[in-house]
Amino acid sequence: MPNMNFAQALNDAHKVEMERDANIYVAGEDVGVYGGIFGVTAGLLDQFGDKRVKDTPITESAIVGTAVGAATAGLRPVIELMFVDFIGVALDQLYNQAAKMKYMFGGKAKIPMVLRMTCGAGIGAAAQHSQCLEAMFMHLPGLKVVMPSTPNDAKGLLIEAIRDDNPVVFLEHKMLYALEGEVAEGDFTIPFGQADIKREGQDVTIVATANMVHTALSAAEKLAADGISAEVVDPRTLYPLDEEGIIQSVKKTHRLVIVHEEVKFAGSGAEIAAIVAEKAFDYLDAPILRVAAPFCPVPFSQPLEQAFIPSEEEIIDAVKKVME
Amino acid sequence: MDLTNEQLLDMYVTMNKIRTFENRVAELFADGKIPGFVHLYVGEEAVATGVCASLTDQDYITSTHRGHGHLIAKGGDIKLMMAELFGKKTGYCKGKGGSMHIADLNLGIMGANGIVGGGPPLASGAALACQYLGNDGVAVCFFGDGASNQGTTHEAMNLATCWKLPVVFVNENNMYGISSCTLNSMCVPNIADRAAAYDMPGVVVDGNDVIAVCEAAAEGISRARQGKGPSLIECKTYRHRGHFEGDPCAYREDSELEEWKEKDPIPRLEQKLMEIELLTDAKINEIKSGLQKDMADAEQFAEESPFPDVSELTEDVYT
Repeated sequence: MPNMNFAQALNDAHKVEMERDANIYVAGEDVGVYGGIFGVTAGLLDQFGDKRVKDTPITESAIVGTAVGAATAGLRPVIELMFVDFIGVALDQLYNQAAKMKYMFGGKAKIPMVLRMTCGAGIGAAAQHSQCLEAMFMHLPGLKVVMPSTPNDAKGLLIEAIRDDNPVVFLEHKMLYALEGEVAEGDFTIPFGQADIKREGQDVTIVATANMVHTALSAAEKLAADGISAEVVDPRTLYPLDEEGIIQSVKKTHRLVIVHEEVKFAGSGAEIAAIVAEKAFDYLDAPILRVAAPFCPVPFSQPLEQAFIPSEEEIIDAVKKVME
Repeated sequence: MDLTNEQLLDMYVTMNKIRTFENRVAELFADGKIPGFVHLYVGEEAVATGVCASLTDQDYITSTHRGHGHLIAKGGDIKLMMAELFGKKTGYCKGKGGSMHIADLNLGIMGANGIVGGGPPLASGAALACQYLGNDGVAVCFFGDGASNQGTTHEAMNLATCWKLPVVFVNENNMYGISSCTLNSMCVPNIADRAAAYDMPGVVVDGNDVIAVCEAAAEGISRARQGKGPSLIECKTYRHRGHFEGDPCAYREDSELEEWKEKDPIPRLEQKLMEIELLTDAKINEIKSGLQKDMADAEQFAEESPFPDVSELTEDVYT
C-alpha cells in the first residue's frame, strides 16, 4: 500500500469517486484554483474542470443550501466549508433543511451530500478557527457524523460518505493533514458504525476520536511500560455510533476512559459514557472518566492553547485513577 | 403574451381551487380538525397561479410557510394535501410534515418551508442541478417580503447570478411579516429594486392581476431556460386573512383590507373572462360546484384515513 498523508488520502478519495460518478461536484471557498487551504482538493480543478469543481464566494449558507437543493434534484455534492467554526452562519440549511427534509417529507426525499469541515486546535488559530463541535452535529437526527484519525480511514470513510444517500458531516482535524500512513489503493470503503481498535489491550478501554487517537496511543505506550495494557478504540463515526464495539471492549477491560478535544460538558463523551452506563454498568469496575477540553473557547496564546488540548499526561492520570 | 382561452380558464379554475381549499381549511381549523399552524393564501392566488402556468413537472419550486397555493398551482393533489393537514398516514408526508412541509418531488415541489428565507438557497441548488444535468429545467423560488431581508436570500441571489443559474425569484410582497410592515422593514420602495445589486432583471407587477404575473413570469422563466440567468419578480399583493389562523390582525386597519378586497384577483379575472364571453354565470356555477365537490371528497378522504401508527415515529429519518 502506498504511503500518503491524510490530506492526500482525502484528495485521492475525491478523485476515485469523481472518476466513477459524473454527478459528483465539489464546491466551496478556495477549493478550485487554490486547491483547498489545506490542499485537500488540490488538482481537482485541472482534472475535472470548473463545472465539477466550483470556487464559491464567501457564502456558507448558499454553499450548503445549494448543495441541499442540488442533492434533492439529482446531484451528489461534496462541499467544503473550510473551518467547522463557520457552520454557524449556515446552520439552518444543514439542520433545518438537509437533516430534516427526508423525515418532514414522509421519507420521499434523498439528500446525498457530504459537508467537509476542518476542526481542532493546535495551530494558534484561536476561538473561531479551532473548535471541535461534533456533539452538536450528533444531536441532530438526520445527519451522519464522521471523524477519521488516520489517512486510510479518511479515504475509506470519505468514499463511503460520498456514496451514502444521507447528509454526512465529515470532520477533519487540522493537525492530522500532514500525518503519513499506508493507504489502500483505488476504490475501497469503510462502513459507518464500525469502531476500529487502534491498539489492543486488556486492562482499560480508551475511546478516543480524531487527533486524540494518537495522543491516546502514545499514552498507551507509556502505560505499557508501567504494566498497564490499554485498548484504544476509535469510533470513527459518531453517528452511527458503534455502541456494540465499545461495549465489547468495556466488557473485556471493565474500565473506560473517553478522550476528545471538544469541551467535556455535553460533549460526545457524555453520550458514550451514558450508553455504557446504561448498557454495561455491571461490567464496570471503576467510574467512567472523561479527558476533554475545559469549558471555555479555544485560546490563542500557545501555553493556554496547549493547556486547553487534552494531553498524554491527563490520559495517563485518568487511566491510573480508574486502575486504582 | 397571448394566452389561449384554455390557459385563461385553467388559471381561473386554479385560483378558485386554491381559494376553495383555503376557505375550507379555515373552517376545519376553527372546528379543531386541523392542528398546528396554518397560513392561508387567500388573496394571493394570482401569484402562484400566474407563475406556475409556465412551469412543467420537471421544473422545481421552493415554497414558503404559506405554501398551499404554490402546491395546488404546481399540480399538487388536494386529497393528499388535506390528509397531510389532518396529520393522516395517507397525507403527502405520511402525517410527518403538516401544512408547513408538504412536498411532492415528482412534481418538482421541493417543499413548503417553515423557515423564512429557507427556500432561496434550495432553489438555487435545484437550478444548479438543472444546469449541471442540462435538462432544460428551471427553478422558481417563491419567497415573501419577510424573507427578502434574510441573508440567505442575498446569498442565493448572488450565487445564482455568479453561476448564471436558471432560477426565477418570485417575491410575494403582501406587506407584512406577521405584524412587521414593509414600511418599517425595508428602505427602498420595491424589493425588485434590489435586483440591480445582482445585475439581474427586476420587475414589479400587480400581484393581484394573474395575467400580468403570468406574463412577467413567462419572461423570467424563458430567460432562465435559455441560459441567460436569474431574474427577480416582485408581486405586490395582500393576504386577506391573518398571518396564521387565529391572528387578530390588530396591526392593520380594516379599511386597508377592504381596499385590497376590491382588488381581489379572482373577481378581476372573472370579470375579464365574462367580458370576452369565456365565462357565463352557468359556467362559473359549474366550476365552483365542481370544486366544492372535489373539496368534500378531499375532506372525506382525510377524515376517513387512519393516523400513522406510533411505530412509524422514528422511520424515515435516514435513507
